[in-house]
Amino acid sequence: MNAPDTSADPLVAVENLHTYYGKSHILHGVSLTVGKGEVVGLLGRNGVGKSTTLKTIMGLVAPNQGTITLETKSITGMPAHKVAKLGIGYVPEDRRIFRLLTVMENLRTGLDRPGVTEARKHELLEKVFAYFPVLGERRNQAGGTLSGGEQQMLAIARAMMLEPKIILLDEPTEGLMPRMVSQIRQIIDVLHNEGVAILLVEQNVPLTLEASQRIYIMEKGMIRHHAAASELKVGDAVIKQYLGV
Amino acid sequence: MASILAFLQNFPFELFIIQTLNGIVTGMILALIASGLTLIFGIMDVVNFAHGELFMLGAYMGVIVLATTGSFWLALILATLLVSLFGAVMQITTLRPLVGRDPLTTILATFGVSLILQNYALWQFGPVARKINEPFTGHFNLFYLEYPYYRLVIAGLSAAIIGAFWLFLKYGKFGIWIRATMQDRVMAQAMGIPVPLVHTAAFAIGAGMAAASGVLFGPLVGVNHTMGLDWVLKAFIVVVVGGMGNLGGSILAAIFISLLEAYAAIWVNPSQAVIVSFVVLILTLLFRPTGLFVPTPK
Repeated sequence: MNAPDTSADPLVAVENLHTYYGKSHILHGVSLTVGKGEVVGLLGRNGVGKSTTLKTIMGLVAPNQGTITLETKSITGMPAHKVAKLGIGYVPEDRRIFRLLTVMENLRTGLDRPGVTEARKHELLEKVFAYFPVLGERRNQAGGTLSGGEQQMLAIARAMMLEPKIILLDEPTEGLMPRMVSQIRQIIDVLHNEGVAILLVEQNVPLTLEASQRIYIMEKGMIRHHAAASELKVGDAVIKQYLGV
Repeated sequence: MASILAFLQNFPFELFIIQTLNGIVTGMILALIASGLTLIFGIMDVVNFAHGELFMLGAYMGVIVLATTGSFWLALILATLLVSLFGAVMQITTLRPLVGRDPLTTILATFGVSLILQNYALWQFGPVARKINEPFTGHFNLFYLEYPYYRLVIAGLSAAIIGAFWLFLKYGKFGIWIRATMQDRVMAQAMGIPVPLVHTAAFAIGAGMAAASGVLFGPLVGVNHTMGLDWVLKAFIVVVVGGMGNLGGSILAAIFISLLEAYAAIWVNPSQAVIVSFVVLILTLLFRPTGLFVPTPK
């Protein structure tokens, strides 16, 4: 493993994570860190445990062993709603927008938090409608009636409503047309520039290498390779070995 | 043609209008009970077999508060609040520990609570039905019948409670949390929605709606420890016919089934008219198991 320098004071630190689904051992001691404002890519073939890693960090799946810390505070085994309140946003692989809720109501699920003033709510909405104008136009439309790309925008915008310190982004470009992919790529940059850290799970290797500062590569529930994104290229042997591309 | 004309000539139009009114009144009460039941099922996947007993408990609370204060309206409000509180405690102590277990365990748990409540009511109040006096006793003439205003008030109040509940679900912060949790519990949690609290609140609201319907309907039927049984059975039929967890569907199904029963009672004995509900239930399960009032998936 070619480990680059990582922050001594990471935003999220995962240490020796073991997760099971029933009797199936999915994560075999995953360890990774994400620094403040950093974009970290998590690559690997289908079924290696990338999404399970995100779900475990989010508190949607309880780990059997290992620790997860957010700014040195342990969030291991904490319920997801408390993890979200501490500043971790989650955009799942299949978007999982609330299909019968309007765009505005979807956003309100993250916006209607204690301590958020009306003025701040207004600011946050203005911001996402500026990034995603189509959501502003369709604010009263049911989420289920949006196109796949629009649903992905809504899923990201909804996570942004939590004003998270980090967003766990699970395959955001899956099944999207190229124009939408470049829009998602831009929004990753925007979030990065705003200081929001991102843990990005992707099958799109070029996009991940471009958007991320560091890359972890997973295989069989373990981190097999860790490198600065600038040190990796699409045709590299390590990429071919673990991703087959 | 001649037989159709003969049927129309002999058709009891006056009775038909009276039965339409009766069907709507019963339908609104049933809608109020079923709304609570479908809310609880929709949000927690819990088939609450104790829902009829929450209806009965509301009616008995109404009896007690009415006897103490003499105010029907205070009885309605206090019974609703107290049974809501009881519902919250019941959810926290009985159902919350069963989250994630086999659904059969929640069925058995709520069935157990239903038996306890029924027998407790029998022990405390005895087998003789208690009476809740109507808040007013005026009538108006409807053809050959003196129709009590109170029946219309029941329908109106039930509609008002359901309407207020709809507005709460549609526009309230907590209402949006409830709808989000009903659609995707996991994602709701990931958005910071405190799902266990939402479950408890939804159960309390469902219990409160059952209690309110118990107090409202008490003056018409008398209050006894088994009064919830018939109603919860009908409410289950309504929830299935309306589409499990579909609030709007349950309201439409409650009115639909009550009207069918009321019309059937024009030609057959009212106790036989109940069969209509079961026929609708069986036909729904056979031909449209997702519910009659659920939009066809595209």
